[in-house]
Amino acid sequence: MRSDPTAPEPRAPLPPMPPAKLRTEKLSAWYGKKRVLEEISLNFAPNEVTAIIGPSGCGKSTLIRCMNRIHEVTPHARIEGRVFLDDQDVYRQEATSVRRRIGMVFQRANPFPTMSVFDNVAAGLKLNGVRDKARLDEQVVKSLRQAALWEEVKEGLYAPGVSLSGGQQQRLCIARALAVEPEVLLMDEPCSALDPIATAKIEDLLFDLKKQYTVVIVTHNMQQAARVADRTAFLYLGKLVEFNATRELFERPKEKLTESYITGRFG
Amino acid sequence: MVPRPSDTSAGSETPRDPGVIVSPRGRFSRLRDRRFWVRVADRLFTGATGAAALVILGIATLLVLLLVQSSYPSLTRFGFGFLYGTVWNPNQTVLSPLIFGALPAIYGTMVIAAIGMLFGVPLSLGIAIFLTELSPGWLRGGLSFVIELLAAIPSVVYGVWGLIVVVPLMATTVEPGLHATLGQLPGLSGVFAAPASGYNGFSYLTAGIILAIMVIPTISSVSREAFLVVPNDQREAALSLGATSWETTRLSVLPYARRGVLGAITLGLGRAIGETIAIVLVVGNSYAISGSLFSSGTTIAAFIATEFGEANGIERAALLELGLVLLAVSLLINVGARLLVRRGIGPVGGAE
Amino acid sequence: MRFDRDVRRKLFSHAMAIACLACVAIAILPLGDILYTSAVNGLKVLSFQFFTQNSPIPCDPRFQTGCSFGGIYNSIQGTLLLIVIAAGIALPVGILCGIYLSEFGANPLGNAARFFADVLAGVPSIVMGVVVFSLFLLLFQDGYITSDYVLSVLSASIALAFIMLPIVARTAEEALRLVPTTTREAALALGIPRYRVVLRIVLRSARSAVITGGLLAVARAAGETAPLIILNPGNLFPFAPALGLHQTTASLPISIYRWIVSPYPNWQADAWGATFVLVILMLGISVAARLALRERFGAALR
Repeated sequence: MRSDPTAPEPRAPLPPMPPAKLRTEKLSAWYGKKRVLEEISLNFAPNEVTAIIGPSGCGKSTLIRCMNRIHEVTPHARIEGRVFLDDQDVYRQEATSVRRRIGMVFQRANPFPTMSVFDNVAAGLKLNGVRDKARLDEQVVKSLRQAALWEEVKEGLYAPGVSLSGGQQQRLCIARALAVEPEVLLMDEPCSALDPIATAKIEDLLFDLKKQYTVVIVTHNMQQAARVADRTAFLYLGKLVEFNATRELFERPKEKLTESYITGRFG
Repeated sequence: MVPRPSDTSAGSETPRDPGVIVSPRGRFSRLRDRRFWVRVADRLFTGATGAAALVILGIATLLVLLLVQSSYPSLTRFGFGFLYGTVWNPNQTVLSPLIFGALPAIYGTMVIAAIGMLFGVPLSLGIAIFLTELSPGWLRGGLSFVIELLAAIPSVVYGVWGLIVVVPLMATTVEPGLHATLGQLPGLSGVFAAPASGYNGFSYLTAGIILAIMVIPTISSVSREAFLVVPNDQREAALSLGATSWETTRLSVLPYARRGVLGAITLGLGRAIGETIAIVLVVGNSYAISGSLFSSGTTIAAFIATEFGEANGIERAALLELGLVLLAVSLLINVGARLLVRRGIGPVGGAE
Repeated sequence: MRFDRDVRRKLFSHAMAIACLACVAIAILPLGDILYTSAVNGLKVLSFQFFTQNSPIPCDPRFQTGCSFGGIYNSIQGTLLLIVIAAGIALPVGILCGIYLSEFGANPLGNAARFFADVLAGVPSIVMGVVVFSLFLLLFQDGYITSDYVLSVLSASIALAFIMLPIVARTAEEALRLVPTTTREAALALGIPRYRVVLRIVLRSARSAVITGGLLAVARAAGETAPLIILNPGNLFPFAPALGLHQTTASLPISIYRWIVSPYPNWQADAWGATFVLVILMLGISVAARLALRERFGAALR
């Protein structure tokens, strides 16, 4: 692996895999007749960041979209296999309550267009019936702090959410997802549309977020995975090729395919 | 045809080789040059299309100039009084002077369009929301096809149906029923008052209801387009917070598409105020102003249609001035709608 | 507590879905009833003769004997005549204008024409009627035409052409824009002259969408009543086909209008027959146009 000067110092070796917060079991997914995931079984440990890497079109996004049941919203989309959250099958629960427990941040920042910063963050709480102003204020401030956005927007809480910069909008979306107090946070290439400075801010944020949440991040940027993730899964053409502690995967890949990908022979 | 190297310079893409065309043998030899004729054909073709575009501008100009010119006698004679006068009297007698006031027609147009919008807008939005957001996939295609067919029914047919089916229903059931229920509420007794001539079903309300049905295809199809361009990640943002499908529509889809929807409503309004024959058949065509929705009235378009054939001289000029008023209002509405629709489709402003 | 709330939200979402479905049903109801009522009443008079005979003389069997239902031959002939002339003007000009807007229209003239085409499409058809009336009256007063032409097949056709033109132009433009730029560039790179690229390649690739736009415009004009009330009220020569462009003619929409408001039983019955024919005609055109479009562009336009 080409060493990246900006990468933090190598961390202490990871403890063995703790009991999974979230896991998939032989998960397959289709768009129409096209199969995009093949029997993926993966465990996601609590209080860790797990990265999913792979060339574009390998099914990374589909995988996390299956986990919070957003995949099924797409017409003609279908899955087989199971996803467990705390050992309970999410496909046997209400989709809405699953999605509340598994928050998601998307590739493109997508704040609600007519809403202020405050209302964007409060949207999920209001859906869940929080009407108490004091409680709303408290939770919004807390979420904005967690998303490292509070200092930048505290003067303009009632400005439209879409008036923020791209990086701020993405952190606003993180705050919006955190406000409903999910247990898992799924991030679908959250930095792909951002500049390096905004990217660095979000990467820093991940170190704080994992203290409280189970984080899964999809990225096509290997340096990012190496920097932020405790464990990394490498997907290729809908199949799980390798899953290991991030350092192991990058320094001593077991599979030939992994090695050629991380050394940049294809991408 | 086989492309020859010389052909590549013939298109209007590369207008740079006049020197090649003038050959040493003299200026008339260009008539034998194929590239010259290709260029002439190209110019002619572009010119013809440009002329066609000018025809559009010409018609638009003609419209305004002709209406102003031909309503000029009335414009100068009645001035602004035309807009708020309530009497239309083309037959001068000793006791009644010749006078034309447009208010009853303007009032009727507004009331009927308002009723049409009141019923038509929620219905159309409900349809658009159902077809894009809530419908199961297997139902979507068929239903939207049927809704589009509403647009294929000519307005005279809506009028005939209104006259034969809706008017009697209004007279016997709906209007007395509304009078007995809503009409008893304080403040609404005037709106739902029984007309002096009894319930005959020819009324502002009937016309408004027919209009509501007629604007549905316009409003629902344009708002559907606005909903369809809402990016999926907007919907997913709401879904990922645990929103139900209705909540997703309310949180993401409607706000994102708001300009497009507003444009759709405005386009529908434009259609509503210009509607003629269906209104003529159900509105009763009386030139009067009444607060009761059960009274007969008329609209600008309907009044022009019923009076124009008999009108001459100054009355015709006055009717043309009514046409000018209608044109002005519909231009305002349509220009507004186009601007809204054009801006509403595409990303919402902000730092991107 | 939380469970209750979730159930309530889910139920509310379902309730809204049902309410929206009810909107669809409310909209389909009139369509269904229009089809049903016009079929039931229309089929009473529909026969082969209904298409071959001219408009009947008004007749009331309570006071007269030997009442005839007549037919809609001259109405159909009039509608066809009006449409053929209007389409003959509007289709070529409209398609040329569409070509200009899509191929050469990225300039002030193009933007203005596009804008005014949109604006014209929104002008009420009754206004088009009175404007063309004023135009012809002016031409007559200046001695260019005889007085016959003011209310005539010609003037009515021109009003219909004005109504069709912006629709044809804008749909043609949209259709041509769907042809990928690379197609044009590939053809131009072969050295094919611009006009041939547009006519033979671009227009041909987009032809079914252009035809659909034209068909929808024709349908719109064929069902128009308002401008005809002004320009061709059908009360001058209503019982036989027009013999020239300077005469007025009966037409389906005008006959329906005149007959349904009349007190004569045979006219009223014929009004339903004509309504049924018009509805079937319009739905037929509309369905055909949409099917043609769908076949060509598939899911892209749904």
